[in-house]
Amino acid sequence: MSSPWRVSLVAIGLAALALAGCNREERHSRSKPIGETVPAGTSPDTIWPGGTVAQTADPRARLYDNNAPAIAAGQQLYTQMNCVGCHSHGGGGMGPALMDDQWRYGGRIDQIATTIAEGRPNGMPSWRSKLTEDQIWKLAAYVRSLSGQPSKDAVASRAESMSSTTPQTLTPREPAHTSDTAAQ
Amino acid sequence: MLSGSGDEGLPEPRCHLFHGGVMRRVVDAFLVTLLCTATAALTGCSRSEPRQQLGSATVYGTVPAGDHAVAAPAASPADDGNWVMPGKDYAATRFSALNQVTPANVSKLALSFTFSTATSHGYEAPPLVVNGTMYLITPFPNYLYALDLTKPGAPTKWVFKPKPLAASQGVACCDTVNRGAVYDAGKIFFNTLDGQTIAVDANSGQQVWRTQLGDIQKGETITMAPLVAGGKVLVGNSGGEMGVRGWIAALDEGSGKLAWRAFNTGPDKDVLIGPRFKPFYPMDQGKDLGVRTWPPEAWKIGGGTVWGWLSYDPETKLVYYGVGNPGPWNPDQRPGDNKWTTGVFARDIDTGQAAWFYQTTPHDLFDHDDINEIILADIPWNGQRRPVLFRPARAGFFYVQDRRTGQVLSAAPFGYVNGYKGVDLKSGMIIPNPEKATHAGRVVRDICPASPGMKDWNPSAFSPLTGLVYIPHNNLCMDYGAMQANYISGTPYVGADVKMYAGPGGNRGAFTAWDPIHQKKVWEIPEDLPVWSPALVTAGGVVFYGTMDGWFKAVDARTGKQLWRFKAGSGIIGQPISYRGPDGRQYIAVVAGVGGWAGAIVSAQMDPRDPTGALGFANAMKDLPQKSTAGGILYVFTLAR
Repeated sequence: MSSPWRVSLVAIGLAALALAGCNREERHSRSKPIGETVPAGTSPDTIWPGGTVAQTADPRARLYDNNAPAIAAGQQLYTQMNCVGCHSHGGGGMGPALMDDQWRYGGRIDQIATTIAEGRPNGMPSWRSKLTEDQIWKLAAYVRSLSGQPSKDAVASRAESMSSTTPQTLTPREPAHTSDTAAQ
Repeated sequence: MLSGSGDEGLPEPRCHLFHGGVMRRVVDAFLVTLLCTATAALTGCSRSEPRQQLGSATVYGTVPAGDHAVAAPAASPADDGNWVMPGKDYAATRFSALNQVTPANVSKLALSFTFSTATSHGYEAPPLVVNGTMYLITPFPNYLYALDLTKPGAPTKWVFKPKPLAASQGVACCDTVNRGAVYDAGKIFFNTLDGQTIAVDANSGQQVWRTQLGDIQKGETITMAPLVAGGKVLVGNSGGEMGVRGWIAALDEGSGKLAWRAFNTGPDKDVLIGPRFKPFYPMDQGKDLGVRTWPPEAWKIGGGTVWGWLSYDPETKLVYYGVGNPGPWNPDQRPGDNKWTTGVFARDIDTGQAAWFYQTTPHDLFDHDDINEIILADIPWNGQRRPVLFRPARAGFFYVQDRRTGQVLSAAPFGYVNGYKGVDLKSGMIIPNPEKATHAGRVVRDICPASPGMKDWNPSAFSPLTGLVYIPHNNLCMDYGAMQANYISGTPYVGADVKMYAGPGGNRGAFTAWDPIHQKKVWEIPEDLPVWSPALVTAGGVVFYGTMDGWFKAVDARTGKQLWRFKAGSGIIGQPISYRGPDGRQYIAVVAGVGGWAGAIVSAQMDPRDPTGALGFANAMKDLPQKSTAGGILYVFTLAR
């Protein structure tokens, strides 16, 4: 190998070292690995053999719940991901209604996020491979708004697309049960 | 039980002009409204126009005498007292030749026995009766029951549980229904929601074969009743709202092996279009129209499913079926005619090769699937007997077509239509109404008929004795706002917010006796709710149908006069049948169980506050939860001794 080659190799090596030493800001396209998408303690069950187990709320819940930008982003995703095709604008159809006070798998935001991420056996698809964790939480925030859970200053007064539905600012608030309340 | 003539409903003086084209009728309606308003106080609008009352018939004419339509002879053999396929015969007449029950004695019909199906979704199928055994196929989970009619109370002989995938419920557009099983040569054939076709031994209830045809991951389900003919079991897919690619398949009756499969979109070789294909009109002629009438690749997710009814003419060995809507509902994502959706195919049953096609609504704008029943009949036409088919179509026109060629002989509206201006018999083309054209980003109001059409899947009955077609149907209009739809496999591919409501007159349904030769109504019964049950007509001269609030009704086939009614435990959307029991008596059977697209608001426990629920049907059905509860129950009647 000739000496100019050697020189350039050394130069490349030095450059690489210099770059590696930059310690650039960390960026993640996903903020957490997929496996951690599902919040713990989201069971809608109310029977705990041997005594009640205290459920700890997922700390991310309060970041998204009642959060206007999250709800607005979730509203866009609700149409883009075809949620609207099954659940309509909350009234249901192929899928169950989301604007009423019946929650098969719990109506808390972390419970809804779990349902979106994991799917449910009677036809709800599992979205964990299609959506990021952040998107799932935003969708859950919007789903909560269909039954009037957030305060009225957090929801949009107009629909994202044209529709025949009542503005969300007029949506009455239903009780959001944390346990299974489906009339099956 | 209540019996007697109809006494419910709102007495409402109403002027009604009937004859003339669509535009003429719009003008007429306006003039009549003016006239009515002016004269109502004084005269109650009581000119020669009949008063219409919900549940009671308005007579427009008389049953035609003499040479009228008869069922295609080769497709409608003599009645043996059984009921082996949903249409009763290959001609799809839903006509029973039994005549013990007549207008004179039908008021003496009494319950013989009942049976709970253990399901709570929409029950659209007919019972089958084969030599002393009754078979019931339920909505998901598609139980198949065999009941012994030779014993008191008809005890269960066996039940076959096919165990379809639970997830299939999430891709079934409009309730998890099943439209029926078929009996042939010792076996019962039926489809499961998750896309299987199954043959079960009719005596033992043991499975003979099962074939997986649909894939729920793509959004495919199967809800239709198969047609078994010529040694083949014909099956088509559902999923026109899920971006599937529609097909019809033929399985070998003995083994369940795939004999042929024809797609309804894509290149000619996939559609089984070859040298035999001779469509009557230029609009349906050309190479690879299933590709060229779509934007690039859109035909792969363009719908065109086969979820309705098939008929078969053993004489020509042609099978006839209608094709569902193109996807998505937003028409701006699929410029072009979108062949071969929303039309009718005639195919050779042995090879699947297409013989002809007629596109009822090129570039569908309203979800007007063309899957309704196809009744095969022979009619006198210009002094000659002509083999035809009758099609009361979703778009609102009653088509009479030559079944050898597809030529349209007549197409008259059987209700109020403003979405189209008529049908041009020269070119065969439906005439669109540009004012009602749907587009993305725009809400078009007052489109009639609405998406479920003037008439949806629930079939008419045809009596060769009266020559009339008895049509259970809707009277619904809608607002339609189209928008961009994203294709994600296994999820809805629709792109429209729809809101439906009652059409002119305020009644959401009607039951109409139609003279197919003279193209006019003979009588009509306005119904408050959409009529979502199929019809049955008997040689005794009685027509049966059910209402979504649970009334099972018997009316006179000639006059429409209500003769008898029975209040069932749930709304009726199932096919009534008539059979001869082992004791030689005539029985009438129907399964109640509200649901389906129209009744999903009850069976799927929807929230009625959202007008767009169930693709917009919820808005028209807000009161149904107060009028009916869910649950499948069989009712069997016979004349009290």
